[in-house]
Order: sequence, then C-alpha cells, then structure tokens
Amino acid sequence: MPRFLTATRRAALAALAAAPMALGLGIGPASAESVLRIVPHADLKNLDPIWTTAYITRNHGYMVYDTLFAQDEELNVHPQMVGEHSVSDDGLVYTFTLRDGLKWHDGDPVKAEDCVASILRWGKRDGMGQKLMDFTRELKAVDDKTFTLTLNEPYGLVLDSLGKISSNTPFMMKKEYADTDAFEQVSEVVGSGPFRFVKEEWVPGSKVVYARNEDYVPRSEAASGAAGGKVVHFDRVEWIYIPDPATAMNALINGEVDLWETPAVDMVPLLEQSEDVELAVIDPLGTQGWLRPNHLHPPFDNPKARQALLYAVNQTVYLQAIVGDPKLYKECAAYFICGTPNESDVGVGPLQSHDQEMARKLLAEAGYKGEKIILMQSTDIPVLNNAALVTAQVLRDVGMDVEVQAMDWSTLTSRRAEKKSPADGGWNIFHTYATGADATSPIANIGVSGGGVEKAWFGWPTDEKTEMLRDQFAREADPMKKKAIIDELQGRLFDHLVPYVNYGQWFQPVAWRKGLEGVLVSPVPFFWNITKDAG
Amino acid sequence: MYAYIARRLLATLPVMAVVGIAVFMLLHLTPGDPAVVIAGDYARPEDIDKIRERLGLNEPLHVQFFSWVGAVLSGDLGTSIFSNLPVAKLIGQRLEPTLALAIATIIFAILVAVPMGVIAAWKAGTLTDRVIMVFAVLGFSVPVFVIGYAMMWLFSITLGWFPVQGYKPIGDGFWPFLRSITLPTVALGIIYVALIARITRASMLEVLTEDYMRTARAKGLDNNALLIRHALRNASVPIVTIIGIGIALLIGGVVVTESVFNIPGLGRLTIDAVLRRDYPIIQGVILIFSGAYVIVNLAIDLSYTVLDPRIRY
Repeated sequence: MPRFLTATRRAALAALAAAPMALGLGIGPASAESVLRIVPHADLKNLDPIWTTAYITRNHGYMVYDTLFAQDEELNVHPQMVGEHSVSDDGLVYTFTLRDGLKWHDGDPVKAEDCVASILRWGKRDGMGQKLMDFTRELKAVDDKTFTLTLNEPYGLVLDSLGKISSNTPFMMKKEYADTDAFEQVSEVVGSGPFRFVKEEWVPGSKVVYARNEDYVPRSEAASGAAGGKVVHFDRVEWIYIPDPATAMNALINGEVDLWETPAVDMVPLLEQSEDVELAVIDPLGTQGWLRPNHLHPPFDNPKARQALLYAVNQTVYLQAIVGDPKLYKECAAYFICGTPNESDVGVGPLQSHDQEMARKLLAEAGYKGEKIILMQSTDIPVLNNAALVTAQVLRDVGMDVEVQAMDWSTLTSRRAEKKSPADGGWNIFHTYATGADATSPIANIGVSGGGVEKAWFGWPTDEKTEMLRDQFAREADPMKKKAIIDELQGRLFDHLVPYVNYGQWFQPVAWRKGLEGVLVSPVPFFWNITKDAG
Repeated sequence: MYAYIARRLLATLPVMAVVGIAVFMLLHLTPGDPAVVIAGDYARPEDIDKIRERLGLNEPLHVQFFSWVGAVLSGDLGTSIFSNLPVAKLIGQRLEPTLALAIATIIFAILVAVPMGVIAAWKAGTLTDRVIMVFAVLGFSVPVFVIGYAMMWLFSITLGWFPVQGYKPIGDGFWPFLRSITLPTVALGIIYVALIARITRASMLEVLTEDYMRTARAKGLDNNALLIRHALRNASVPIVTIIGIGIALLIGGVVVTESVFNIPGLGRLTIDAVLRRDYPIIQGVILIFSGAYVIVNLAIDLSYTVLDPRIRY
C-alpha cells in the first residue's frame, strides 16, 4: 500500500471498493473448474513445433505432445515415452520399446510407426536431427510397440538428439500428421501429451486454452526438467498473452493471472516489493549474447580483426546495458555455457582482458584502415538494441568507423542472409542471442560451425579444423574424451576462428503468485507438477 | 439522395482498389521475409527457400497480386501465413472488441463533451468555462497510456472495481462486458472529450452571437430551449464532423489502448502482423479499414441533411 494513503483514506477506499459488489458488479459465480493462468513470453502464432523453431511453439509442443526421451534439470537424458531401450554391442543398433498406456488425444494407441514417421519428419528440419539422419542407415517399426534405429557408424549423440529439450524438439505425432511435408504445417493438433489443445477457444494474439488429458498416464518417477512424471493438477491451463509489461505486472499483482513467464527486467524491483508475488530463475542455463561478425568481408575476414573484437568487448558493460541487475547476469567467456559439463576456460584470456590497446594493434595488423563498418541494429528487441549501441561505442573507442543501421528484427533476418559486401547492401556485424539450452554442445550450438558459405550459420565462419573437432565430438561416446575435444575446440575458436563474441550470460526470472508450488527448474516452462494453494 | 448514396458507394471501389495496390506493393517491396521468421534462427537457406515456395512467395509479384485480388473478389481474404487460420476469421475474432471500444468511447465522449462544450460556451469567460477548458487542454496533453496506467492503479489495483486487463464479449453477460470495457473507454475517451468539447464550445459561441438567437432570447425562450433547440442544432454540423472523424480514427487508432488494457482488437492484430510480415492479414485489415472509413464519411455527409435542411444532395 503506498505510504501517502492515510488510514482515513484507506477506509474510504475500502468502502469504495465494496461498492461494485453492492451494485451487483462482481464477477459471476465461481467456476468449479481449476484453472492455471499464465502470461507466456510470446503469442502462439503457429501450432507445429517441427515446422517452426519459435520457442512459444516449442512450449505449446510440450503441452500437447510427448517425447521419446527427455532431459532432467541436470540435463541428463531419461526415457519418457520409451519404456525400455538397448544398444547392440557394436553401438550400431538401437532398439526402443514404447511404455504401456500411451494414447493419442483421439483415443488411438501410440504405435512405433508413429514414432518412426515423427523422427523422420523432425530429421528433415532440426540441425541435430539432420546430423542424426546423416548417421542413420535405417529406421523401422518392428511391431506396434518396438522400433529400431540402425546407424552407419557409431554416433555418440543418439539419445541426446532424441531427448533434445529445445527447438526443434523431437515431439511424437500420429503418423497421419507426421507424414506431412516437413515444410508445411500439420493440419490438426493431435498429440499424446498431458494436455489437449482446445482449438475452438484459441484466439491468436490473445488466448490459448489447454484442457487436462484425462487419458494421460504419467511416468512414476518424480518430475525433473522435461523428464519424469507429468502430473497435471489443473483442469485447464490458459495462456493469456499480454504484450505490455506494465499491464502484465499489474495483472499478476491483482491476481488475474498466476504466473508471468518473462517479467521485463525493469519490472523486477517492483515485483520484488509485492507481498503476493515470488520471483525465481528457473532456467539455470540462461541466455548467451552473440556479437556476430561477417567472416566473408574485410576487416573481419582476417582472424586478427576478429580477435581484436575479443580484446575490445567487456561483458560487464553489455550486461549492465541489457540487464542491469547483477543478480541476473554473470560474466562467462565459455562458448558452451557456464554451469554445464561442456564449460571450459581454455583460450578465454582475450575476452577477459578488456585491452583496447591490443585491440587497436590487432586491427592495424589486420590491415584495417578506417573503412566503414556496417552494424545492423534491431530496434524492436530491447536486448539487441542496447547491445548494438554498446558495440558501436566499443568499436569507435578502438578506432573503427561505425555506421549503425537501425531496422526491425524481421528486416535484419532478411538482410543478414546477404553475402554481398557491406558497401553493396551486405553487413559487417549484427547481434543476437541463444538460450543456453541451444548452445551447450558443439552440435547444438550452430554459431560455432565453421562450415563456410555452404554450411555455417549467417556470418559464414570457415575452418576445417573446427569442423573436424565438431565431427569428432559427435562420434565420441566417452565423456572424458568429449571434454578433451571441447577444450581443444574452444581453444581453436578463441585463437583462430572467433565465430562470434560472447557478450555475456544472463538469466530471465519468472514471477508467480504466492501459493503456487512445484514450478520446475528447466530452460522450458512446464505447467504440469504445479499446484495452487486454494487460499 | 439515393443516386448520391449509390454514387458514393460506387466511388469506394476505386478507392479500395488503389489502397489494395498500394498496400500490396508496399508490403512486398519492404525488406523482411515471413519464411525467415518461420524457419527460425538456425534454418539453412535451402529450408527457407522451401518454406517460401510452399507459401507461394517465390512466385513473381504480379502473379501473387492477381491471385490475391482474385481471391478477394470471391470473398476470400486469404489465410494467415503463421496461424494458418482464415484472415476473415481472425478479423471476425477481433472486430467485436474494437467496435465495442470505439462505440463505447464515442458514446462516452458525446455524453460528456457536448454538455461540457455547451456549458462552457454559455458561461464563456467565467470560472466554469476556464475549468472546462483547462480539462480540455489536459485531455489533449496527457498520453492515453499515462491515463490508462493511473486509472488501472486506482480503480483496479487499489479499489478492485475493474479488471486490469482483458475483454469479455457481450455474449458473456452485460456486467462482465461493462467491467472490461469501462477503463479503456474512459482512458481512450478523454482525448475525444477534450476535442469535441472544444469544437462544441467554439461552434456554440459563434451561433450564440447570431441575430436569431438574440430574437429568440427577446421572445422570452428559456435557457434550455435556447441552448438545445436553437443554438446546439445550428452548431451541430462541425460537431458531427469532428465526431465522425473521431470514429474513423478510433477504428484504426486504438492500438495503444488495446495494448495497455490487453484488449485483443484489430489494432494489435495489425501491429503483430506487420512485425511478422503476415501479408494476408495486413492486406485484409487495411482493406476493411479503408471500407469503414469510406462508409463513416458517407454517414457523416448524410447526417448533414438531417441536421441542416438547407443541405441537399
């Protein structure tokens, strides 16, 4: 309650507050249905989590579909729809048997042929799926509950791929829908997950409704991350999209919604003052910022110019500009996310040195002579907008001539595909970010690919040794050897390739009403396991 | 009169055709590609190309244009690239909140502003007039979102009278509908109250100094009859004009209010579609808007004949 409200004024306000009830303006009779109301991070625009990589569609996928394997909160992979699985002694044949009780939302049983069709469709769209398919000789259903995956040669990431937690997650779909072309949306949402999608109540831009799937049989293990028993405690879950952060905050404080997935960081101090709201970081991996140089054109086609960026960047300056609250960020130079088994400190010295003199020296050695640097600034995404402004200043401080070109994200995503020289409509630098779950390994982290114009991500870094090390990592099954490959790869990335400059790691808090229990720790928000105190 | 209406309705066709061509060209020549948004950050160029092909975006521009025009002429506004839902359905879902907000705002503004303007003119130069005009200046000056947040704090968070956000269709009951629409209506309506009150005052002041008003006063007419039957009726043409312009602006200009109070209306649908380059939605909504503007303007023109018998078409 604000301090300037005296007792008399409060009494008057309380009387006023009662007035609508006296006038019969109260809300209608309470429904017996239990409803969990969520403010999601984005509007659900499309429903096919294989067709698009949008995180909101991935989250929708977790509501209605299920996965063969799933990662727990420590990122270990566990069976989910699979009951039993085995690997042949030569590591080439994986046999999977579905657990009992799996049913599609239309009542039909989940069959092995559905899973085969789903994996094949996912394998056409997802990076890890494509890699798995490269190693796959045959994928076939043996009977209604069993299917086998036969490899050409041993591949160390089979279960990691099938249990991939983030986009594109290999969700299982009924064969008639999974047979849809991977570049077209499925026509209907028929999953086997813990919730059913209520299409009649879907209002894009406003509301998405899910009803509990009464036929769902949860695993017996406790829920952890995406793994374990998905026990649903509500009849309905409603996603209410509120684009304005101040309105979302007020709706949460007023009890109109139960949980806000991504509170704006400048709202966090206000939320912390509310007696009715709790805040917590549920994604321990957070988000990693990427400053992406274009490797095709001067000056960043020269490794020394890219290394100059490492010396020039000070993560703390970026993190203060985009997050502000030190509780919600940390300096982390590692390419594969701090706090994961793949975290490494090999080669991180330049990024931690903040040595502008060295940056200037390296730029001179790279032959930079004051040419204009085109920096694309996405003005409609606050994090990227602020990061671009910091980079512009950082580059000017080390003697570069920077032209900041403002545009919206949609325009930037088209422009960044241009391979032309910056003077002809191309570009030198843009910023983006990756959620930690998408950057924890050399295969999942598409930003470290050195595949050049044919295979690498926008910016097109080219380095055969990097690609060789990534390939070795994919084939290796021994965790110790994998770690050694990570160290060598990260050394190569810092010393030579510099595919992108990591401008820091930050953490998005989630806010919910007190009385809500069981919110799971995970990079993805899940709405099973949650209970609400009736009081 | 009927011939005039028919002519005006026919004139909407070339207007909408020009709007359609301009919007289509503008959208397709603007940088940005829905296929890139759909495919996501990690997509390969060949994947993006396949999506573009499935969406028909690889076709030459004139083929895409005539395909769209053909569909529109047969009553099909197309399908959203992202949600795969018919544009007509999406507009239908959003039409009620926008219309409800626009109509409620105009009713609120007229009910408050016209008496304010009449009183201000009647009491011109007095404290009452000055208070009303200060309110009008404030109404113009304070942004809608500031008024919205202030009202939200007082009436929702502190008093608990109204919900912070959301829209309840009238089909869910009149009281829930009224509760959901009250704060946005008042927040959005204040600027229109200010606008209409000022125009009403100015028009009334002009009329009140006319000779026939002095004659009516000399005949002993009471103030109510004088102000309402004689002065207001004669001052009403500019007032109705500004109300009409207000309606037209409201239909497309409620984006801020819809965002602050989380009302799923046409304004937000359009902004979301623009940011994602969902061409069929943008084209459909703008066609509807342009049609609505033409019809509102026609209605205003026709109302002049009722308010002023000297005007004939």
